[in-house]
Amino acid sequence: MQSTYTAPRYAYRPAGDAGAHHAVIVVGGGMVGLTVALDLAQRGQRVVVLDDDDTVSVGSRAICFAKRTLEIYGRLGLGRKALAKGVTWHVGKVFFQDRPIYEFDLLPEMGHEYPAFVNLQQYYIEQWLVEACVATGFVDIRWRSRVVGVLNHAGGATIEVETPDGRHMLHADWLLACDGARSFVRDSLGLPFVGKVFRDRFLIADVVMKADFPAERWFWFDPPFHRGGSVLLHRQADDVYRIDFQLGWDADPEAEKEPGRVAARVREMLGPDRPFELEWVSVYTFRCRRMEQFRHGRTLFLGDAAHQVSPFGARGGNGGVQDADNLAWKLAAVLDGTAPEALLDSYDTERVPAADENILNSARSTDFITPKSDAARAYRDAVLELAEHHAFARPLVNSGRLSRPAVLRDSVLNTPDAEPWDGGVLPGAPAIDAPLADGWLLGALRHDFAALVFGDAGDVPQGVRPVRIGMGAIDAVRRYAAHSGTVVLIRPDQHVAARWRGVDAAAIAAARDRALGLGA
Amino acid sequence: MSLLTEPRLDDADLLFETLVEAHRDLDAEASRRLDARIILLLANHIGSVETVREAVLVAREAVKPRKNP
Repeated sequence: MQSTYTAPRYAYRPAGDAGAHHAVIVVGGGMVGLTVALDLAQRGQRVVVLDDDDTVSVGSRAICFAKRTLEIYGRLGLGRKALAKGVTWHVGKVFFQDRPIYEFDLLPEMGHEYPAFVNLQQYYIEQWLVEACVATGFVDIRWRSRVVGVLNHAGGATIEVETPDGRHMLHADWLLACDGARSFVRDSLGLPFVGKVFRDRFLIADVVMKADFPAERWFWFDPPFHRGGSVLLHRQADDVYRIDFQLGWDADPEAEKEPGRVAARVREMLGPDRPFELEWVSVYTFRCRRMEQFRHGRTLFLGDAAHQVSPFGARGGNGGVQDADNLAWKLAAVLDGTAPEALLDSYDTERVPAADENILNSARSTDFITPKSDAARAYRDAVLELAEHHAFARPLVNSGRLSRPAVLRDSVLNTPDAEPWDGGVLPGAPAIDAPLADGWLLGALRHDFAALVFGDAGDVPQGVRPVRIGMGAIDAVRRYAAHSGTVVLIRPDQHVAARWRGVDAAAIAAARDRALGLGA
Repeated sequence: MSLLTEPRLDDADLLFETLVEAHRDLDAEASRRLDARIILLLANHIGSVETVREAVLVAREAVKPRKNP
């Protein structure tokens, strides 16, 4: 069915290292597993990735890459590629029945390297991640290698791997489970994965067509072409459009996937005169759930293996990439011996609240889109009826609260403000981009601890890279609420660790140590 | 509790009549949606989710069977 993209097939090669010991083994070579592998490799760590398949994602899957994810891929060297290939958008429109009722702009200001969102099929990102991983020379991706047994112990994990050549054992000091919502690692360790299922089904169709629809997110409640349900339209690369049709709980998932039936729905929407081809079709039921903890000794869970959300809000893939971003520098620091193992507890304490925020937002969106009772439907429809004419009701319209980066407000790695601040970027928040004289602010941060040093400020300690910013860089100065003398310490994952109106090198070093888990 | 439950209306009978009259000729579903619209408008006018939550609690209590009347 797929005509715009030919998936690469990666060859299985016998590793011939039965019984071998590896520092880091990643289970699952999907988007999150490959991202954490690439991040670790760029920090000089050797990684083995095990994937049970021999190719990239089937179907476009996670298509909406949020600004924060693009910035992370910018740090890893893939951001520009995603920007060039994908479809940039920042405006969403909501329709009720036959009319537009609400429009929102997710990035109304200029002066950022990356936009609010880029729509791009997941298989492109995965293919580029594979290529980038291989190019480092530090990542050993083993295709057609399925994990069939896991034993978690104090010193690491012992796993059994099934390959075309049979089964063998491997030992990992650190096991990163990135094996998706049906995680084998999670299930075989008997770890619960609890939450709720939404009693609804959605048809997802990728359609190839020539159309002049603007690059915007369009969402319909109860449109004339799909009475009683909702429909979501996204434009992707290669003239591929993603269309989601809400089907209701009673729909027959197999019958709904039948191409003639899907084509009829699409024709109803686009009109009889627009030629299109179906490229990928899937029927989904949504769940919101998470593990109680993401760290279990030396086994850590990332992405859908750790938490699952409904897709309204694009919080699944984006949340998973932020997991990888959060974990990679910490694990690299532990492996290098510059941080204690306890630093990895902060992966749990930082990413669990982030997952809860994603689950809360996506569950609320799903409850709005799929009302659970007659009363819920009455309120939902009342909101939509009012929104067209009354501004107050528009913020109540919930067609998806789109992914925002986690603000690690309560993290123990933060050094709290000691001085009064009016605005700026608080400790725990991701650094905000801004144009500098010679490039972008985030582009100047790289992989290590960095300090934004505004105007006339003093020295920074060894091991912290100074990024000097003149007071003429007005966007940066405004976004960080900076005065001359302001210093902002940024972690290797680009989250703010501390900030000062005036500071000496010793205090910066203490904040850096705190962010490495070396005690307050 | 910031929710005011002492009598405050300038014309109690007129309020009741207004609400009942608003639902004339509406079937149950339309009626429910009208109530929802009215509640949303008033909630925004009040401007405090906390006050609405208090009203929800008081309203739910009102129909529970009482012990020791």
